[in-house]
Amino acid sequence: MAGQEGDRVVKRIMHVLHRAPHGTIYTYEGLEMILIMAAFEQDISVAFIGDGVFALIKDQRTDQLGIKSYVNTFKALEGYDVEKLYVDRESIEERGLSTSDFIVEVEVLPSQELGRLMKSQDIVIHH
Amino acid sequence: MLHTINQSPFRTDTLTTCLRFVQANDPILFLEDGVYALDDRGRFRAVIQELLKTNPVYGLGPDLRARGIGQIVANVRQVDYEGFVDLVEQHPVNTWL
Repeated sequence: MAGQEGDRVVKRIMHVLHRAPHGTIYTYEGLEMILIMAAFEQDISVAFIGDGVFALIKDQRTDQLGIKSYVNTFKALEGYDVEKLYVDRESIEERGLSTSDFIVEVEVLPSQELGRLMKSQDIVIHH
Repeated sequence: MLHTINQSPFRTDTLTTCLRFVQANDPILFLEDGVYALDDRGRFRAVIQELLKTNPVYGLGPDLRARGIGQIVANVRQVDYEGFVDLVEQHPVNTWL
């Protein structure tokens, strides 16, 4: 739960991305929110579940949709000390994906283990 | 941790997904369109019965009434807004979308 660094309270906050990247704006907005919150030096993690795992796919080229691809932004998370990226194993298996399809390094966990991590957070935010 | 589900299980997989992650004994509260999962005549009856073996299950009364759902799965506890607030007070909340 919430820890302390000096006189600063550090909260454990998990963002859960569960939608495919381009059909709605939620994942993009979620990513923006993650970057903003990271600036406040909280203990942030990101969980990709369900269609959320599609956001991590390399080589997404959205130029013909007339929108900017934001998938490269996931690579910037490390620079903001957001290094805990978790992916639900069942979600990638049922979509025929593996970590080699992803643009960043992630930790693959069984759902129940990811659920335990969720429970250990101060705040869980679904996007 | 209190899990809330506000989506109809017939339209989204929110319930099915949530249940993969939920830890035993964590309370689950169904509200808004989520309450359709609790209808005793519906396809999700078996899912709710299975869930009740490991977790307390709640349905928000005003949302059930508004949707004309009279008969809910046995042992699901109906709560009013005050009961909802009590649950939120007692647990960190995980709002599934």
